[in-house]
Amino acid sequence: MTRQLTRRSFLKSASALSGTVLVIGLDAGNALASAGDAAEFTPFVRITAGGRVTAVVKHFECGQGTATGLATLIAEELNLALDRVEVEFAPADAATYGNFLFGGTQGTGGSSSMASSFMLYRRAGAAAREMLVGAAAEAWGVPADSVTLADGQLSADGHAAPMGEFVASASAREVPAKPRLKDASAFTVIGNPRTARRDNGPKTDGSAVYAMDLHLENQVVAVMLRSPRFGGTLVSFDDSAASDMPGFVRAAALPTRTAVVVYGENTWAALQARDAIGAEWDFSRADNRGSGQIKADLLAAVNGDAEFDAKGSAAETAELLDGAAQVIERDFFFPYLAHATMEPLTCTIAPTENGVMLHDGCQMPTGAQMAVAAVLQIPHENVEVTTLYAGGTFGRRSTQTADYHVEAALAFALAGGRRPVKLVWSREDDIRGGYYRPAVAHKVRIGLDEDGRIVGWDHRVSGTPIFKGGPMDAFIVQNGVDSSSVEGAHDTPYDIPGHHVGLTDDRSPITVNWWRSVGHSHTAYVMETMMDLAAAAAGRDPVDYRMEYLKGGTADHARMAGVLRLAAEKSGWNGPAAEGRSRGVAVHKSFGTFVAEVVEISGNADDGIVIEKVTCAVDCGVAVNPDVVKAQMEGGIGYGIGHAMRNEITFTDGEVDQFNFPDYEPLRISDIRAIETHVVPSTEPPTGVGEPGTPPSGPALANAIAVAGPRVTHLPISTNGVNFA
Amino acid sequence: MPFMLNVNRQTFEVDVPEGTPLLWVIRDELKLTGTKFGCGVASCGACTVHVDGEPTRSCVTYVEDVEGAGITTIEGVDSDVSHAVHRAWNELNVVQCGYCQSGQIMSAIGLLSGNRTPTIEEIEDYMWGNACRCAAYQRIRAAVRRASEILEA
Ligand code: FES
Ligand code: FES
Repeated sequence: MTRQLTRRSFLKSASALSGTVLVIGLDAGNALASAGDAAEFTPFVRITAGGRVTAVVKHFECGQGTATGLATLIAEELNLALDRVEVEFAPADAATYGNFLFGGTQGTGGSSSMASSFMLYRRAGAAAREMLVGAAAEAWGVPADSVTLADGQLSADGHAAPMGEFVASASAREVPAKPRLKDASAFTVIGNPRTARRDNGPKTDGSAVYAMDLHLENQVVAVMLRSPRFGGTLVSFDDSAASDMPGFVRAAALPTRTAVVVYGENTWAALQARDAIGAEWDFSRADNRGSGQIKADLLAAVNGDAEFDAKGSAAETAELLDGAAQVIERDFFFPYLAHATMEPLTCTIAPTENGVMLHDGCQMPTGAQMAVAAVLQIPHENVEVTTLYAGGTFGRRSTQTADYHVEAALAFALAGGRRPVKLVWSREDDIRGGYYRPAVAHKVRIGLDEDGRIVGWDHRVSGTPIFKGGPMDAFIVQNGVDSSSVEGAHDTPYDIPGHHVGLTDDRSPITVNWWRSVGHSHTAYVMETMMDLAAAAAGRDPVDYRMEYLKGGTADHARMAGVLRLAAEKSGWNGPAAEGRSRGVAVHKSFGTFVAEVVEISGNADDGIVIEKVTCAVDCGVAVNPDVVKAQMEGGIGYGIGHAMRNEITFTDGEVDQFNFPDYEPLRISDIRAIETHVVPSTEPPTGVGEPGTPPSGPALANAIAVAGPRVTHLPISTNGVNFA
Repeated sequence: MPFMLNVNRQTFEVDVPEGTPLLWVIRDELKLTGTKFGCGVASCGACTVHVDGEPTRSCVTYVEDVEGAGITTIEGVDSDVSHAVHRAWNELNVVQCGYCQSGQIMSAIGLLSGNRTPTIEEIEDYMWGNACRCAAYQRIRAAVRRASEILEA
């Protein structure tokens, strides 16, 4: 139940199935003040007369721990144990649940959930507390400041009652315009390292419902036979061999000619029928290149003049390099990468009285809602969204074309719009289906003076832009530069003199998307590899050398140096490495969070390298759930290292060479022996943790390998004669 | 074709074509969706169930081959080992997206049922085929150790 009130008021409601319910929404206007406009209200916390507290979570839960994090904020302000706060995902309603960091659309990404929610949810919890306290004070005839709320109990001298008893009277009260927030020194839930995730139970007993688990009455399963090359279009198909297969319903060409949709009464029937269907494709507008050509094209681009300047001037930097005592240069190549979420993509569209319901592990509810509405030609408010648990995203569940939502909507419409249609992607569809981290090349030339100090740094990048030409082009692209191609390089916190960053776009119909940490997934590797090379050329310790470029006295420098120092200290960097071990370091800022990592390895490139330990230091402002922060660092490090070690999507004549996990081998349990994470205590506003663990992990590993082995600049590492044990 | 299956100590008759993977029978016919589809080719472990107590990849196990066998899914585990595993998983906040975790837990129960005090190497060997794209491995490893400790206590 969602009701909307006007700006600068709070939502209250006194009726629900279970009796009186207090619903507190925070004035979104406060949080949105800087974004300019916020006409509507946002209900975030619900309390029943039975004392049941529910946090209505405006983000999806893909494993990053946001559901636990937002429940923590409510629990803190209500002085309640975290396990007493239930979690519910919000419906699609941008006016109510928009993310102000996304210009008000509702969605999750860019590690923004906590940053955009910290004050919002605390104020909602604090308002509820004040109203309950006020109601009790009035009933008991005592001053409000003598009433306390703790563990669901209201009490004052000589009085005590469960808070549920005051839900009805509290909801009749004026909503405090500025509820008093708890002082950070009084926090018991925020920052508590021993809180349990709210989704532990359902995710360990098999009861958590993911979109893949939905079985609606009378549903039909749809799978897609897509063009084997990007940019190919369907000419014709032949389903005669499938016609008498059990459970096969029918096949139809999508009006977009991008795929044949194959319907089955169940998943297996649909998948089997698809295998039996043949199709002919027109590849005249497809990308028909092989990987060798793609790589050569990108490297040629970074060895020429840049199309756009993201920072500085090529000519000025060239002059500085001319005058340098020595110039070190390297080119880099990063392959296309699939996200390979554990749960393959899927969603279900079901008819409702006046439209449809989309059931999805939905990362961008309003985007999906608009896309489905556009395909079905119905008003977007007639597309409801039920958000279910998502089996990972790493960025894949949100694309600017809402690709799989559009597919599902087309399949739903082609099926007649009366049966629920469940779209299922197989793992092969996922690995071969595009929306990859783009392949990217870099070329860097650094000029050093006699003392090894940087005098100029020329950095060129080429790859397919992610935002350019899409719906967010106007927000992201400036002077031709799609910042997602150069972020982490042109805005590095390092004080680099004579810094030029140039960009040349690559155009290909191979679809690309944000992939855990987006541009940072390659720029950090380049920055931190070059920093190591410069330190070596200068004969300096890699940590000390980096510190030289973090001495500007800014908050960024202090925090970046802080994590670097902490990771060095905790990893024993300043002492010698143990016999047979090598260490590499990297530090990077992304999404407002600073992370330094030291990777320690044993073995060698020929016989196999063992990753013994990763020591991580993270500064993400206030760590709302320190254990969730650690888990995200562990996950982000594993994700970065696994792909850096051995993953790539390659092409032969325009067709993806990989099919499934056997040739896109995931990180395995034995690949990293230990990860130790240290969280920097901070009172700064919280920033994200889902992505920032990833960027420094690859270069820290590569820097460790380079101590006694090859310097790898073309990824993945395993294609450079480096074996892993 | 009708097949009689014994799943979680209950007998079900299902009508599916021969050659249907047990995974899809469990998920689409019996609606026991705790068992997950991750790859379909025995390379991720998300679909792990127990067949006569042995962790088995249900995506490459065919319905005709398990008639008469005792099949247990995540919904049906109930033993001192499973309790210890669940407790350890909760204590250590192992889950992230959670999608691989039914399979992880089914494998961990399999391991600890045969070997209550596995070494780190034995844990890594046994659990190697259970992929976790969220890379919760550090905690999976620690939770198996913790479950072992609970069982030994
Ligand atoms: S789904 Fe069976 S092992 Fe991956
Ligand atoms: S918890 Fe997400 S795949 Fe393992």
